[in-house]
Amino acid sequence: MNAVSRNELKALRAVLEIDVNNHPGVMSHIVGLFARRACNVEGILCLPVGDGRQSRIWLLVNEDGRLAQMIRQVDKLEDVLAIRRHAGDHAVFAGLTDHFRP
Amino acid sequence: MTETLTGARITVRLLERQGIGLVTGYPGGAILPIYDALAQSTTIRHVLARHEQGAGFIAQGMARASGEVAVCLASSGPGATNLLTAIADAKLDSIPLVAITGQVPKAMIGTDAFQEVDTYGLTVPITKHNFLVSSAEELLEVIPRAFAIAASGRPGPVLIDIPKDVQNQAIEVAAWPAPGGRQLPPPAPGDDLAAAASLINAARRPLLYLGGGVIHSGAAAAAVDLAEKANLPTVMTLMALGAMPVDHPLSLGMLGMHGARYCNLALDECDLLIALGARFDDRATGKVAAFCPQAKIVHIDIDPAELDKIKTAHVGITADVGEALARLLPLVARNPRSAWVERIDQLKREFPQALPGLDDPRSHFGLIRTVAACLDDDAVIATDVGQHQMWVAQAYPLRRPRQWLTSGGLGTMGFGVPAAIGAALAAPQRTVVCFTGDGSILMNLQELVTAGEENVNIKIVLMNNAVLGLVHQQQTLFYGERLFASQFRALPDFCKAAQALGIAAVDLDAAANPCAALVEAIARPGPCLIHASIDAGEKVYPMVPPGAANRDMIGA
Repeated sequence: MNAVSRNELKALRAVLEIDVNNHPGVMSHIVGLFARRACNVEGILCLPVGDGRQSRIWLLVNEDGRLAQMIRQVDKLEDVLAIRRHAGDHAVFAGLTDHFRP
Repeated sequence: MTETLTGARITVRLLERQGIGLVTGYPGGAILPIYDALAQSTTIRHVLARHEQGAGFIAQGMARASGEVAVCLASSGPGATNLLTAIADAKLDSIPLVAITGQVPKAMIGTDAFQEVDTYGLTVPITKHNFLVSSAEELLEVIPRAFAIAASGRPGPVLIDIPKDVQNQAIEVAAWPAPGGRQLPPPAPGDDLAAAASLINAARRPLLYLGGGVIHSGAAAAAVDLAEKANLPTVMTLMALGAMPVDHPLSLGMLGMHGARYCNLALDECDLLIALGARFDDRATGKVAAFCPQAKIVHIDIDPAELDKIKTAHVGITADVGEALARLLPLVARNPRSAWVERIDQLKREFPQALPGLDDPRSHFGLIRTVAACLDDDAVIATDVGQHQMWVAQAYPLRRPRQWLTSGGLGTMGFGVPAAIGAALAAPQRTVVCFTGDGSILMNLQELVTAGEENVNIKIVLMNNAVLGLVHQQQTLFYGERLFASQFRALPDFCKAAQALGIAAVDLDAAANPCAALVEAIARPGPCLIHASIDAGEKVYPMVPPGAANRDMIGA
């Protein structure tokens, strides 16, 4: 990834890191908050953490004026333990390009 | 002592342990084990609705009138989908409900089994939280937690979907969990309260803006104390009516789309808006950019996601309004604020709320005031949705929190009759009046049978103009008078329909003395429909046209 596209990513995207209880339905609660606003979720990564009772979800989303409020709504969900916002060029999605060639 | 119990018995036992004495619902195949267990309960009474939506709104009426979590039950598939509107309505108005639905057995989920629908998926966006229970053991955790979630923080509906095999699964129960109750949020930060107090103390033209959260928090008296101590003129949302008596000298009544002109003009002039348990709904603010354009904002709400959502607050505090007010009050200085209070009184004189026809019980405002004259503040006033709802909001002397039950956020026609039944079941000593319209009552007419069966003390005042009044009004004002699909070409004889469904009916149109007929109908115990024709040409005025600023109200 070159410097230009990384800068673009930083401006246009945001990365959200969400700690959740690991059980069915949590993902639909979270992505539903984006879908109802017609906000596309550009990337999703999710794996269990530790003993598997919790998971961590990483979302790549478009920068949007409503994002701050959406983050507060995500934070309010019963199964969300914590949410952190990172810049759009966060490394978590960077190494995945090989798996997403057309 | 260890007992062997089925999931259904555990569910009912946990409801009993929550102190639930009354549930409402509608049975069906997938929830029959729970109904069978319910039949054996000696402490829980079940009220059978005639439609699951009716059950949902009966539960809402119980919760709104009492402030306690209410429970409704439905079966899988259509039972669950019929509940959805009442659940969504509870979400938007922050009403604590626990809805329990039966589901097809776990092994059949996902197979499009008979009466299978993805209840969990359907209720994700309309509940505060929802559960699909996968074992009888889980019920011991899920049910108390559902009550805690429904009642804590910003209240709301919680759905528990229980597959039939989980209801039938027998397990050994050695110990019972503590009932789930309201958990208090962290106290308001002291420095934020101090900052809010200093803004209030420095303001020359402050206004207090009360929302439904003030009612939910039980903070109405504290809000009135604050208003009186600092001489804060006070506006209320539709949801907050009754928090301050509308005839209190500091009350400006309801703000927004159908608020009094003096109220919206006062908001235009204020230099500080103190929003308590309110969410700056579009029907309250009108065009947001023009709402309180000169004002700094203090916003106290229990839900952090409401702060800075529509308007950025200068001081935003996440807290229970009652707790915050108790600590804010000593920090706020007494202040006669005579120039501002005088200006408010001048606005009230110059731009009064027009209530034509108050002396004529055959007019809409006259009918509402005549009903009010028959009752005291102990009565509960429910409405449906439409012109009648706005007229009652404008004209009824609401003076008590939880006196007023109305569908605010979702604006659901069909809310009124079942909600009134629920209120009457929760508070049998009170008279419950439901103002409704010819459109709304037909949306849950079947619940008249429930009202008759339970012999609840509700008086349904049907204001019949044979049109969908608010649609008719908007088509007249904003769609070139092209009236389409808003005039009923056929309507039932409502009095005969009510009698056929098992309740008494009085037709004020036919009464020689409508006042006397009304007094008699309200005084007679039990359910009664009171029918009154009104003029289809009457509008709800003043009105902020959709998208306009509140100052640009039309009419009256």
